[in-house]
Formats: sequence, C-alpha cells, structure tokens
Amino acid sequence: MERNVYLDNNATTMIAPEVLDAMMPFLKERYGNPSSMHAFGGSVAREVALARMNVARLVGADNDYEIVFTGTGTESDNMAVMGVLAYYRDKRHIITSRVEHPAIISLYKKLEKEGYRVTYVPVDHAGNLDMNALKSSVDDDTAIVSIMYANNETGVIFPVEEIGPFLKERGIPFHVDAVQAAGKIPIEVNRIQCDLLTISGHKFHAPKGIGALYVRRGTRMRPILYGGHQEKGRRPGTENVPGIIGMGKAAELALKHLPDYATKVKALRDRLEKGLLSSFKNSSLNGEAGKRVPNTTNVGFGYIEGEAILLYLDGMGIAASSGSACSSGSLEPSHVLRAMGVPFTSAHGSIRFSLSRYTVAEEIDYVLSVMPEVVNRLLEISPYWDSEKQEPKPMNL
Amino acid sequence: MWDYTDKVKQLYMHPKNVGKLDNANAVAEVGSIVCGDALKLYLSIDENHVIRDAKFETFGCGSAIASSSALTEMIIGKTVEEAQKITNKDIADYLGGLPEEKMHCSVMGNEALEKAIANWRGEKITDHVDTEGEIICHCFGVTENLIRNVIRENNLKTVEDVTNYTKAGGACGSCIPKIEDILHEMAGEVHEAEVAKAARKPLTNIKRMQLVEETIANVIRPMLQKDGGDIELIDIDNKNVHVGLRGHCVNCMVSDVTLKNLVEAKLREFVEEDIVVHEVK
Repeated sequence: MERNVYLDNNATTMIAPEVLDAMMPFLKERYGNPSSMHAFGGSVAREVALARMNVARLVGADNDYEIVFTGTGTESDNMAVMGVLAYYRDKRHIITSRVEHPAIISLYKKLEKEGYRVTYVPVDHAGNLDMNALKSSVDDDTAIVSIMYANNETGVIFPVEEIGPFLKERGIPFHVDAVQAAGKIPIEVNRIQCDLLTISGHKFHAPKGIGALYVRRGTRMRPILYGGHQEKGRRPGTENVPGIIGMGKAAELALKHLPDYATKVKALRDRLEKGLLSSFKNSSLNGEAGKRVPNTTNVGFGYIEGEAILLYLDGMGIAASSGSACSSGSLEPSHVLRAMGVPFTSAHGSIRFSLSRYTVAEEIDYVLSVMPEVVNRLLEISPYWDSEKQEPKPMNL
Repeated sequence: MWDYTDKVKQLYMHPKNVGKLDNANAVAEVGSIVCGDALKLYLSIDENHVIRDAKFETFGCGSAIASSSALTEMIIGKTVEEAQKITNKDIADYLGGLPEEKMHCSVMGNEALEKAIANWRGEKITDHVDTEGEIICHCFGVTENLIRNVIRENNLKTVEDVTNYTKAGGACGSCIPKIEDILHEMAGEVHEAEVAKAARKPLTNIKRMQLVEETIANVIRPMLQKDGGDIELIDIDNKNVHVGLRGHCVNCMVSDVTLKNLVEAKLREFVEEDIVVHEVK
C-alpha cells in the first residue's frame, strides 16, 4: 500500500487543477508578448491585467497597479527593502524580527555588514513578537521595518495591524512578508496600513517561480533591476505570463476558499495536534496556540531527533518538515526555535505539519495511526528515554 | 533530502544491536542532546580481548543511527586490538559512503569505540579520549586532538571539511581561524616530511613532477586563491616549470613578482633548489 500524505504545504503546495487549466493556453498557443503592438500580444496583456486584479483582491488592494509581479517571494522581499533603502539613502537604521524567513534575515545580515544599524526584535517562548521592543527601537533614523505576517515554522501570526498604524503615524515605511498568510487568513492592506507586502504563488496552489509585491500608491522606492517598461519599470523583464495567469487564478480560488481554512482545515489541524499531544508524553506544542494560521502545527518531540522522525515518516509515505539541525544541513536547530528558547531536549525533535484545503480526514487519521510506531521506535533507540518507565533518563550534559 | 545509500537507509530503518547490555564491561557516551546527536555504546569483552557483544543507544539523525549500527556490526567478534584499528572512514565505507555533511556521524562512532576501550582498560574517562589539547570549538566541545586526528586520517584540506567531520566551526564560527591555523600547520607537516624524504637522493623525473604538482596544489594554489587568483600547470621540462596564471592574476600588475617570489620560491623550497619557472601567456 503506497500512501502519499503531503503535510508540508508551508514549503510548497500542489498546483490546483483549475490553475493548471487556466495556464495551459499560455504555455501553448497564446504565447504572445503582452508588450507587443499586435492583437496576438494585446489579448495576452488583457489576461495579465485580469490576473493582476485577482491578486489585488486577495490582499485587499484598492488598485490593481499596486501589484508588481516578481519571480519569487524572496525577490519581492529583497525588492521591498532594497528599493526603499535606495530612496532613503541618509537613513541608516532598519528593523525586523529574529524569526523572519531567510529572504529577509540574510538580506539584513548583509546590510548590517555594510554599516546599517539593525534591530532584530525578539519573540517570547510562544513565538509572540515583543511589541514594546519594536516600538521603542524606532527612531528618526529608521528607514524601513519589515515584519512577517505569519511565521513559516510555527504559524504564529504577528500583530501587523497594530504595527502598521504605529509606523504610519511616524512616517516610516512598513513591509510585511505575508507569504505564509496569503490564502490562509484574510489580508487587508488598508487595515494593516503597510506600504509593501510580499506574497508567493506556490504557497497557495499556483506554480513556483511567480511572486508579487504590493506597493502602496505613492511609496517612495527605486527599482533594483533596470531594463524595460514592464510592471511600470518597477520590475523590468518580460513577464512570466503563464505564472501570472496561474497566480491570478490561484488568488481567485484562495479568496473563495478562505472560509474553508477557518473551519475545515483548522478542524483537521486541531485534530492532528490534539492527537499528537495527547498520545505522547514527550511531546509539546511550539508556538502560541490561539494566534496561528489555521493550517500549521509545530510539535516538539523530546529526546528524539527530527531528521530521523522525518525519514521514518517518509518511509510510510508521509511528507512533513523539521526545524532540526540535521535535516537542514546546518548544525544548529532552526533560528526560529532558538529565538523562542525552545528547550534543547525537544528543539532537535520539532516537526512541522502544514495542511492545505486538499487535506482530508483520512490522511490525518493515517498519520495519527503510524506516529506511535515512529516515536516509540526512536525513543527505544534514544539513550535519554527510559521506555519501561515512560520518562526521560537522568542525563549529565 | 540527503542522498543516503541503500545501506544507510536499511540500517536507520532497521538498526541492529539496539539497546543496553546488562553484562557490559566497557561503556562510553559521546555527544550530547544539546549538540543534536549522542551515542551510548556498550561492549562485552571476554578474557581473550574478544568483543563478544555490542549494543548502542543513539539520539540523532538517520545517518547517526546507521553509523552506530554499522559500528556494532563491525566490531562484534573482533579483538580489542583489531577493533582499535577501525577509523571513521571504515565506518563510512561500511555504509557505502555518507554525505560530506554527515561524516561527523562516523567520527562519533569511532570516538565512542575509542572511549569504550579506554573505559575497559580502566583509563580515566573524560569527555573525549584525547584529554590533551585544548577545546577548539566550544559550541560542540571539539578538542584540538580530535581535529588533528580526523585531518590526518581523512586527508582533510578545508575548514568546511573539518566542520563536516567534527562539527567544529559549524555554529558560531568563532573557532574558524584556529581551525585554519591547524590545517595550515598540518599541511606544512605532511609536506616537510615528504620533502625530507625526497631530499636524500637526487630526484627522478617522475618524482620531481609529482612534487611540483603537489606543491602547486597544496601550497601555491591556496595562497593565490586567497586573492582570487589561480594557477595552471602547463608543462614540466626537466627543471623548467611552465605555468599559466589564472583568475585575478591575469590582470594583476605584479603577477611577474608573484611568479618569482611565490611560485618559483615555493617550488625551490619544496622541490629543488634550481627550479626555473616560466609563464605561458
């Protein structure tokens, strides 16, 4: 029996069948360049415009021209921060959180080396942003604040709707990395009052290689690429038309299915989470239970190691992800779990399950049915767990 | 996804010799839960020094479990003296190879074995068998002696290699300069030994070619690469060595100085007094 249970939707998602259908003509006969003067290209330009409107609706933008299509979420993040810094050259302070995606963290580290003063706002044990630290770090020299909407590893939602108005009052540009929020919770750029907001197509059932940046009308920034007039010169280069069409269709579907996430997906996630936490004495939840995107759960399994858990799950046809050191190729557990101060006894054994609207109850039940075999087998091998007494062994570190 | 061999996969899914050994007379524990992997090894050694049984408990990734299982399979039935000859490389070979980033799992197995044997002999047990030598990497508690051993046994060349094999330098990175120093010093050691041997009699053509190639690869190229340059050996004609400078060296104003003061000087130091270097443009 070959099972194929995909619970790694925060990494990437399947292309929705409707999305693929919408894209196919643009991979085949409708290959015209939207910039061309002839009707063959012009008709494609009209489809691109419709896709742009759908993406604008997904984030609650007033105008479709506030959407710039890019190659990836990473590109959108880089374009937002570097674009704003290129305009405000005299401001030398930038703010972000300690638990951002590498697309922001690595960029900030590079800027730090170049002489920028950087504030990395900490989080508490449940992964909540330290709002006092954020507010008190802002000063006249602050060029941009970039904060994620929802954390990719824990799913914890940050209070961007509180940060936005605070920064707006002070005239500081605000970028929100909403890659893990799009399609899972409603996004309203006007409620957030952000200037820039990143989303990525492949996280909500569009293909890989298409991202978008919301740029509020009037935002002062410069392009990071130079070339033609595409995307009004903000992101030159011939458009990835099939990708854009796919992202437009995926955005339309995501908006339609948003209620599913609050109900069906959340119920399945909670069922999985409760099942795991109640079955294993060595398990604990990473992240604030109440303030999360509805599809994500991150459970720490104490005294066993995450990569081994993933390999065992993989052997049973289950795809998940881990913040463990070994699975990533680095030697330390994920920066997110470390910033939260997750105890080392479970940081290495943390597993993220991320669902989608295609996840069904049978899949969750299958995972719950095989987890005891996986966890107990690894606990038996572990030198830190007494399987007879069902408790950790005393250890000298 | 790691590219694990079938042998590794088979052994992490179905490891052999898991558990405790009640009649163990040699026990060792290496690594820690903080570091992300740990291995506890139990041996039962008889009066003829034969390892009758071996069991393990491991906290760690798939390759750590597979390495532990491989180790126990390899040593059961061997005498202590035979088992002691096993290196981390042997463990990796038994598994059909490990990804570079996972070589430290085989080192952990080897360390546990050495430590267990020391325990059986009644030697004092400390965190590492090598009590001599300072701790270089404080994040993972790696000693200078361990680093030197793996460099020697596995012929390691770069800091990245050392991190893959021992984890040293893999977290905060503050010990990387120290690892560089050790690598640099040991590259010299190996080389000096070879040169001393070679100096006893006049060089044959083949030996000279080998030495020239080695000196360029191990001494000269790394120095040039630090500045973005590179070198290509084009021909060796008796004592005339023809090379091409590459990378940044091509446009470098002082490349002819480099040729004399570095390339020729090093070849004269390590190969023969009267080597002459010519640049092929």
